[in-house]
Amino acid sequence: MARMNREATARRLLERPPPPVPPGLHAEAVRRGARILRRRTLVRRATWLLMLAAAVAFTVWALTVRPWVEPPSETTPPLTGW
Amino acid sequence: MRPRHASRDLCRAREFEAFVAGAGGRLLHAATLLTAEAPGDNPRARRLLTLALAHTYASWDRLRGEDPYDVTRQHLATRFAHGTWRRRGGLLRSRAHPESPLARLTPQERLVLVLRLHEGVAEEQTAALLGLPAERVRTVFHRAMAVLLSPPRKPAAAVGGVETVPS
Repeated sequence: MARMNREATARRLLERPPPPVPPGLHAEAVRRGARILRRRTLVRRATWLLMLAAAVAFTVWALTVRPWVEPPSETTPPLTGW
Repeated sequence: MRPRHASRDLCRAREFEAFVAGAGGRLLHAATLLTAEAPGDNPRARRLLTLALAHTYASWDRLRGEDPYDVTRQHLATRFAHGTWRRRGGLLRSRAHPESPLARLTPQERLVLVLRLHEGVAEEQTAALLGLPAERVRTVFHRAMAVLLSPPRKPAAAVGGVETVPS
C-alpha cells in the first residue's frame, strides 16, 4: 500500500505541465528520415554494384588464367634404365 | 511503378504526420524528463526526439505491425543511454535544470524512472531495452524513487557527511 502511494506521488511529480511541441518537429523529422532513407538506398546500391563488379572481375580472371588447368611441367622426369 | 511509389509515399507521409501529431507531445515530455531540462527550454530533448522520429520515419514501411510509439521510445532510450555514456561526467551534469523534478538524479536513474513510471514499461522489458539484468533495474528504480521522494536538502547533507568521515 505504501509502495503504491509512493509511486502515485512520484508519478504526480513527473506529470508537470508538458512542454509545448515545437511547430517544426514533424517537418524536421521527415527531412532527416528521408535523408536516412536516401543514404540507406545509396549504400544498398553501392554494395550491390561492388558485389557485381567483384563477380565480373572474378569471372574474367578465371577465364583468362584458367587456374583449373594443370600447368605444364617445368622439369623433366629423371631418365633411368635407358 | 512510379504512381504506386508516389501513392505509397503519400500514404506514409500522412500516417507519419498523424502519428507525430498524436504522440509528439507525450514523447517530448518523456524526452524532457530524461534530459532534465526546463519545459520551455529543451534543445537536447528536441534533438533526441527529432532523431528518434526520423529513425521511425525511415523504418515506417518495415514496422510490420509493431507499434511506432514503442519503436520511437526505444530509440529515444537507447540514444539517450549512448549519449550519456559517451560524455559521462562532462557537460551533462551541468545542463540539468533545477526546475526539473529529476535534476538530482543520475542519467541512468532518470532513464529507468521515466521508462518504468512515466511510460509504464514492465521491469523485464526495461531490462531488455537497456541491456541490464532485471535486478539491477529494480535497484536503480528504488534508488531513484528514494532520491525523488526525499526532501531536497537531505541527500546533499548525507553525502557530505559520508565524505567527511574518512578524511
